[in-house]
Amino acid sequence: MGNDPSFTNQKFKVIGSRVQRPDGVDKVTGRARYGADHNAPGQLVGLFLRSPHAHARITRLDTARAEKLSGVKAVITSDDLPDLTNGDATAYTILENCMARGRALYDGHAVAAVAAVDEQTAKKALKLIKVTYEVLPHVTDVDEAMKPDAPVLHDHIYTAGLPRKPRKPSNVYNVAEFGHGDVDKGFAQADVIVEQSYKTEQTHQGYIEPHACVASASPDGTGELWVTTQGHFHYRSVCATLLGMDIAKLKVTSSEIGGGFGGKTHVWMEPIALALSRKANRPVKVVMSREEVFRASGPTSSTSIDVKIGAKKDGRIIAAFAALRYQGGAFPGYIPGMPWAAIGAMTAFTSYKLPNVKSVGYDVVVNRPKVAAYRAPSAPMASFAVESTIDMVAAKVGMKPLDFRIMNAAKKGTRSSFGPVYGPIGIGATLEAVKDHPHMRAKLKKNQGRGIACGFWFNFGGQTCTDINIATDGTVTVTVGTIDVGGARASLSLIAAEELGVPYEQVKAHIGDTGSLGHNDTTEGSRGTFSSGMAIIFAARQAIDVLRERAAIMWEIPVEDVIWEDGHARPRLKKYKKLKPLSLAAIAAASPTTGGPIAGHNESVPDNAGVSFASHICDVEVDPETGATRILRYTVVQDAGKAIHPTYVEGQMQGGAAQGIGWALNEEYIYGEDGRLQNPGFLDYRIPVCSDLPFIDTQILEIPNPNHPYGIRGVGETSIVPPLAAIGNAISNAVGVRMNHVPMSPPRILKAIEEAGG
Amino acid sequence: MLVSTTINGDVVEFACPPEETLLTALRDRVGLTGVKEGCGTGDCGACSVTLDGRLVCSCLVLGAEAQGREIATVEGLAEGEKLHPLQQNFIDHAALQCGICTPGFLMAAKALLERNPNPTETEIRYALAGNLCRCTGYDKIVHAVQASAKELRQLDKKKQRRKKSKK
Repeated sequence: MGNDPSFTNQKFKVIGSRVQRPDGVDKVTGRARYGADHNAPGQLVGLFLRSPHAHARITRLDTARAEKLSGVKAVITSDDLPDLTNGDATAYTILENCMARGRALYDGHAVAAVAAVDEQTAKKALKLIKVTYEVLPHVTDVDEAMKPDAPVLHDHIYTAGLPRKPRKPSNVYNVAEFGHGDVDKGFAQADVIVEQSYKTEQTHQGYIEPHACVASASPDGTGELWVTTQGHFHYRSVCATLLGMDIAKLKVTSSEIGGGFGGKTHVWMEPIALALSRKANRPVKVVMSREEVFRASGPTSSTSIDVKIGAKKDGRIIAAFAALRYQGGAFPGYIPGMPWAAIGAMTAFTSYKLPNVKSVGYDVVVNRPKVAAYRAPSAPMASFAVESTIDMVAAKVGMKPLDFRIMNAAKKGTRSSFGPVYGPIGIGATLEAVKDHPHMRAKLKKNQGRGIACGFWFNFGGQTCTDINIATDGTVTVTVGTIDVGGARASLSLIAAEELGVPYEQVKAHIGDTGSLGHNDTTEGSRGTFSSGMAIIFAARQAIDVLRERAAIMWEIPVEDVIWEDGHARPRLKKYKKLKPLSLAAIAAASPTTGGPIAGHNESVPDNAGVSFASHICDVEVDPETGATRILRYTVVQDAGKAIHPTYVEGQMQGGAAQGIGWALNEEYIYGEDGRLQNPGFLDYRIPVCSDLPFIDTQILEIPNPNHPYGIRGVGETSIVPPLAAIGNAISNAVGVRMNHVPMSPPRILKAIEEAGG
Repeated sequence: MLVSTTINGDVVEFACPPEETLLTALRDRVGLTGVKEGCGTGDCGACSVTLDGRLVCSCLVLGAEAQGREIATVEGLAEGEKLHPLQQNFIDHAALQCGICTPGFLMAAKALLERNPNPTETEIRYALAGNLCRCTGYDKIVHAVQASAKELRQLDKKKQRRKKSKK
């Protein structure tokens, strides 16, 4: 069901099998080494002093007493770092976020750092640093920050994306518009129009492993960095650029990563750790506390969104509009030219075929930590607003929400709301699968409700560089530069095994350090298995060409007469029938005398990662006395392209859904009037625990991506997109009141019921 | 101060400042980095170990409290080359993605199955509610623990049968 029949033409030997991951034993025995599990001889302990104020001028910063304390080897403030104020805007932003320069812009903003012989000494040194702050007016709410009388964070930021450059600086740093058709005309033709406003609160990726690194920079301009990251090549470029080092002279080794979800695609304290090390001329280890992770590393945006959708009586959507306001924390967004609200605006209406559509994204700075990517960044909030409104429109035209979605779903050839025309896509197929799913027939009782919602993610390809090396016993080393965040080494080994025709067990996949491969983009955009998988296929094909050449040498026949089949070189013509097929291992064994090591390499930018769609079903029960919501059943249906390792695809679908459930029901950054974060810990920032959730059912659809030899699409991110709206719709159906503010925590649900006169 | 204790069956001595947590002592003094720090406040369970058989967050225990006690960590779960059924089932069921929470989950699940060899799904979920996992949604973890419980019960039956036949 939902599977593209053309796909069955492609037969795989090992792709799609549920093999054991190669790093499994290390991870269940405690042997795997994560960010904080590495130590260097003579290392110092690095700690940070952070602003307690949301917005303050630093009028005096005196480190003299700390520097004199015995055991302190280096103290760093912005004075020790290059002043990039008039330099590259992106580099300036990154460095100023790592260390405040003259002004602290959020509670938790670093103002100084020390390196000392042990933690006790480093803590003492922090206490000896004297900072005098002149507290300035602050703003933490996205709507407040857009008001004309709001305190302006940066006097050099003028709203970009407007027809004319504004006269005054603004907290709105970008306006971006997407769409096609004429929405005014569309709404004029509509029989039914629904308008609704929404808010979503700020959440954190919540990886269990805090940021950690061991930095070692030497006076000769070289350096090494051991770090937990989703992109060690990116960390290398950024750190080297900020510190004036040559990129090639900094070697970055990625540790095993204890969760990232986008939060480890950005540097936080790593450049400062290197600066401390360079100043002390000793290795420095920095491990963030959980409180620091919450206060000073990448949450996602809080948002305020208005949606307006108009439909004809028969159920066809004729016009759709959204205004999306996203705060990006104290600095402009991560990807230049594509800030957070712009991404939200692009994703808002992607699931539907719309003759007239317009979405406008407003990107805003506020006094909160700099926003980082969080799994399908910006899409869940937009989906919450749009998919909630879709349910309301469906009710108004008298259709079931599912039938309304099926009727309006985008398909192959539809022009997407953000521009491109879709190739083969899975939105329709996931909705049809939802219709047939037994979950939809489960009986609901009193105070229970069911919701469905759709979600989309672009997926990304990006720069990739991969090596395959064949050992003389016929075993295969695969070296990739994309971080394995959750089992990718298994999938990548399967791909190499498939292509070379050898058993999975014969392949060993490694993550190379920055000294062993060319640049690889970060593991983000669900690109790891897609891009490195593609590069492995091409590298393997190159290795096969070498294997054929070597077989030709061994047989003393022309290479054109050698073909590769099932892991063996075979002669192509009958005249060679005396020649027995040569296995990969046999050719490898002879390699020392036939030309040396056998290898394949590929560098590429695999584009067209293939957009991904999912539809989720959720049943909830709401306690009308307490407002507490319980998830009764949850089902994820997603198009994975080709699922290389179905178990880990399911894992991505379940994990994203669980994060979405936490976001929908509990998780939020709570700021006091003073602009300080009130819940920087797992006790008060409550992510879902085991007893909060049921088993999460999954159904993988395989609609191949025509741009990948195996049909792979990215799968990791889409699953976090639909839950907010699926749960919002379910709760709204359970209590009979439209929920428009995430998280839908017990007090908010009670308030909504009360306001509706329940 | 000097602390003498037993860790995974071995007698171990380490010196630590009196305010140092057992977590830091295990990681930095003894070198058992399989014990993970996720929060330092007893909220995430990544540092779970057993102290005289009782499950604790080692970040909430002082290193000094280990004096004369018996500690078990993830490093002591396997017997030589043979993985504990929980370890094997976590791999077989893909109950880990990033794996940072896995040592804590294994210790918590082992403590559960020792006191309740046949837990219901709900009992498993509540017993593991002190351990945070951000990757899996807990689905495959619960399945792995269920499979391990079954396997351990069968192993136990076999052992008892063997004992009886010897008698």
